[in-house]
Amino acid sequence: MNTTLHQYLRLVSHEVRLEFKNYHALTSLLVYSLATIFIAYISYRQSLDPITWNALFWIIMLFAATNAIARSFIQESRGLQLFHYTFLNPAVVILAKTTYNILLLSVLGFINLSAFSLFFSLSIHDWGQFSLGLLLGSFGLSAVLTLVSGIVSKAHNQAALVAILGFPLLFPLLITIIKFSGNAIQGVEWSLNQPNLYLLIALNSIIVVLSFLLFPYLWRD
Amino acid sequence: MARSWWWKITALVLLFYTYYEGFIGEIPRMPILNETIRNLYFHVTMWMAMLVLMICNAFYGILYLNKSDLYFDLVADESARMAMVFGIAGLLTGMVWANYTWGAPWVNDPQLNGTAASLLIYAAYFILRNAIPDDSKRARLAAVYGIFAFVMMIVFIMVLPKMTDSLHPGKGGNPGFNKYDLDANMRMVFYPAVIAWTLLGVWMMSLRVRIRRIEWKNEDQ
Repeated sequence: MNTTLHQYLRLVSHEVRLEFKNYHALTSLLVYSLATIFIAYISYRQSLDPITWNALFWIIMLFAATNAIARSFIQESRGLQLFHYTFLNPAVVILAKTTYNILLLSVLGFINLSAFSLFFSLSIHDWGQFSLGLLLGSFGLSAVLTLVSGIVSKAHNQAALVAILGFPLLFPLLITIIKFSGNAIQGVEWSLNQPNLYLLIALNSIIVVLSFLLFPYLWRD
Repeated sequence: MARSWWWKITALVLLFYTYYEGFIGEIPRMPILNETIRNLYFHVTMWMAMLVLMICNAFYGILYLNKSDLYFDLVADESARMAMVFGIAGLLTGMVWANYTWGAPWVNDPQLNGTAASLLIYAAYFILRNAIPDDSKRARLAAVYGIFAFVMMIVFIMVLPKMTDSLHPGKGGNPGFNKYDLDANMRMVFYPAVIAWTLLGVWMMSLRVRIRRIEWKNEDQ
């Protein structure tokens, strides 16, 4: 058990170090989402009503997440993959990758949020709830897309497939998260938003458990 | 089961019964619904058949992952195809019904969104299958995606509609059919109709499976 935990922590820190080692990938992610936000800004040229604001924000998050996570299995060299296959427990690998992607996407999410609210000013009534929603949304997006990119990495790495396979799976999550953060923007009372919160937590747990159970089958080749 | 005949006869008899009762049977007279209530036997039943076939797909996916027998993958593939056929049929019959009762073929309704989502999910499933040339790898990845997709879809069509209002009977303050006049008479047709369409779907699926197995054998020779 201890070695599993050890493996897990090592893998997560390995991912982080790998990311900072070639930080141009990180910068490209940032530029990608900032450019998308700017495109949205020059297309609208006016302040948005809360519903459009919310929807646009999450659509941009969706694309940023797809772009960020699609490469999570692709960037590894053949040799490193072979090393992982031989020595590591696949369930640990998917959990570590998912954890790293959650961290990455949460940070990216808050950067997106600040850039987005710079261009489209909107008074969010309940920042606490909205941030919680952003964290849970990043969690779900990362978990689904990590598994999907694991599937795609076995299918000749066709990067476009991540979006095609991932988007339909994300519908339930996106609907719930948009409802939750929409309520947060309008400052709906906490107790009214709670069912959505529970649903989000349940969805995220289902996703993680499923990728924990299913990923080992992708692993053996 | 595939070669025994009793359940095929049952399917035929029940289908005749469904059509007979569906077109000239007694129905309760209700405002707005009027004669369109007959569509109950042809619309709702499509969903039941589709759902059974999707369960088949997930079930055979699990079997494949455990046994690695390509026959299971074949059944999973064909049941997804047949589920797609029934899904589209259900969508079309629903659109006709909606046009006469709600005034438009497509309204923003959680049930409809769920349907559109599940059709998209299975479309993505076929795209994944087509992207992988290798048989056993295709089977494995498709099984993993299929199981994940099935769970997400169940969340979308079973859980989410319960949390929002819907125009469908029995939801969002609309009286359910059984509340007034899904009377004994209609029940006597509805349940057999569900069984009939489901059996028909399984029958068609098993025929396709048998054709493809013959094709395999011919290729081997």
